[in-house]
Amino acid sequence: MNELLKLVHGVVNWGMDTAESMNAGVLIDASVFYALMWVSVLAALGVVLCRNVVHSALLLTASFIGVGCLYIYMDSPFIGAVQFLVYGGAVAILIVMALMLTRRDDMAHSNLSRSLFCQAGAAVISGAFFLCISVASLMTQFREMSAELGDSVTGLADMMLTKYILPFEVAAVLLLIAMIGALVIAKGAHES
Amino acid sequence: MMDIFSLSAVDILNWSVHIGLTHFLLLAALLFSIGLYGLLTRRGIIPTLMCVELMLNAANINLVAFNHYRPVTDFSGQLMAVFSIAVAASEVAIGIALAFRIYRERGSVNIDELNHMKG
Amino acid sequence: MENLTVGAAAEWIRSVILLILGNELLTDVVMKFVGLGACIGVILTAAIVLTYAERKVCAFMQVRLGPNRVGGRFGLLQPIADMLKLMSKEDIIPDGCDRIVWALSPMLLFVPSALIYGLFPFDEGVVFADVNVGVFLLLAISSQSVLPFLMGGYASNSKYAFIGGMRTVAQMLSYEAPMVFSLLGVVMITGSMRMTDIVAAQAENVWFVLLQPIAFIIFIISATAETNRTPFDLVEDESEIVAGPFAEYSGMRWALFFLAEYANLLSISILTTTFFLGGWHGPFLPGVFWFWMKVLFMVFVFMWFRWTFPRTRIDQMLSFSWKVLLPLALVNMMFTGIGVYVWRSMM
Repeated sequence: MNELLKLVHGVVNWGMDTAESMNAGVLIDASVFYALMWVSVLAALGVVLCRNVVHSALLLTASFIGVGCLYIYMDSPFIGAVQFLVYGGAVAILIVMALMLTRRDDMAHSNLSRSLFCQAGAAVISGAFFLCISVASLMTQFREMSAELGDSVTGLADMMLTKYILPFEVAAVLLLIAMIGALVIAKGAHES
Repeated sequence: MMDIFSLSAVDILNWSVHIGLTHFLLLAALLFSIGLYGLLTRRGIIPTLMCVELMLNAANINLVAFNHYRPVTDFSGQLMAVFSIAVAASEVAIGIALAFRIYRERGSVNIDELNHMKG
Repeated sequence: MENLTVGAAAEWIRSVILLILGNELLTDVVMKFVGLGACIGVILTAAIVLTYAERKVCAFMQVRLGPNRVGGRFGLLQPIADMLKLMSKEDIIPDGCDRIVWALSPMLLFVPSALIYGLFPFDEGVVFADVNVGVFLLLAISSQSVLPFLMGGYASNSKYAFIGGMRTVAQMLSYEAPMVFSLLGVVMITGSMRMTDIVAAQAENVWFVLLQPIAFIIFIISATAETNRTPFDLVEDESEIVAGPFAEYSGMRWALFFLAEYANLLSISILTTTFFLGGWHGPFLPGVFWFWMKVLFMVFVFMWFRWTFPRTRIDQMLSFSWKVLLPLALVNMMFTGIGVYVWRSMM
């Protein structure tokens, strides 16, 4: 029994040492990032390329959730939760509902795109944009370090209610106006 | 200024596993370009709105990433992301109400057909 | 007596694994997986126990015997018979459905219901992820379960399923608002959104059901609506729309919907216990007994609702949420704020 345990301990310690020498922590970190990145990027590509518009909307939700997980990856669980609640919970459902209420006869080819010429132009423009941004961000040497910021909930609440009280109130008023405005616009359609 | 043309394969591999600010900036740029492509090619109102949401998301990633990876002393980046999400939510509400109204009055949600000002 | 806690059991498992592996770091990693397995185990056990309990409670309310053939006088093997029946059923795929979305819907519905179990404090120190935004993250994750219903309703290519999906959205979104506002009172008194802090605050003072009785009632009502149980089961309203979004599902796919439903029933009972009934705290007995006693009591209360109240109408239900519950929750929040302010300035 003891021999067996010793053998297992030896294997485990060898494995841990190998993992240590290969920087396993960094590798796990990186693989989590890449997994989340591919989820959000592939879902976003699906949004743009899907023929069925409802599939696009559902993939959009997947992209939102991937981005929300990335926020949690960056130690910002509050923003992650806001992302899940607002984008995954409200915006996505609003969009899917709107698609279903305004649907035409055939859903399979509902996501129309412009002419091939137009698509090529759009691809060139967005590709050029991506190239510019990526070259710019690769060339810049950022002084990277994450400062110890403490509890994010307390910090955010303090800032919201002291320094940024005016934007906070303005955002509240904006949401109220948007709610009333959306009601007025949509209700007008019902009566006519 | 980093000389990106004289990097060896090991350097690139090393860079690609140490996740930092640049990775998030690249991801945000990629999402933004995908959104831009969709915005330019889609013809329906609601798909267009979806692409705008993708682009706003990309901007939010930048805000949070700068807050996390730069030596800042408070949470202003995260707070800006909260405000940006609030604005995006109200924008979607209004946009969808408009799309709904247009569909009811004209029976179409195609942007190209909305080319006259009179109702 | 002290050794009878879940924390002690976890310590014991940890020491066994440490003995076998002989490495602290790897043991911690393995313990995370043990925690995950425990959460899944709780959900699966709950599904088995609660299906049986639902039938028995129903029979008790209606002065019947309930299951009494399979497995002795009390029908103890009934859940297994149910499971075998569901597994042997034919998997019917409706004509003209959106195949991928249709197949994904029941699986995706189960994900948020299972994920929130990671945030529950089951006992002293027994919580999988103790996050500082616990309450908020919990509400955010559970709000994700609306979309799978809508997906199922849309993809089934059936009008009953579609109406059911639309109803789900209306119902779950309108009852989310009073639920959030009723929990804000608890968060304001505690001064923290961490779940363990909320339990600790109740151990120091009194249970929040005494401090926040209105919030407790609002929470119970909106939680019943969020889990789509009678009197608010407009989503799967048998007498009007067959079975709502589940109408076109059969066999194991249908069973997955019910697994999620019972996971939700257990999780709202755990939430009520954690936020209002003092969590795992109680005199004499170890925490885990108190915890499960309170939770099972709350499960019984929710089943009691189901078999005694008649179903509401959809318009009554929505106006009840927006015109009664939400203003009440806001007023409660205002008075809580004033109370907390006065209390702090007196101290």
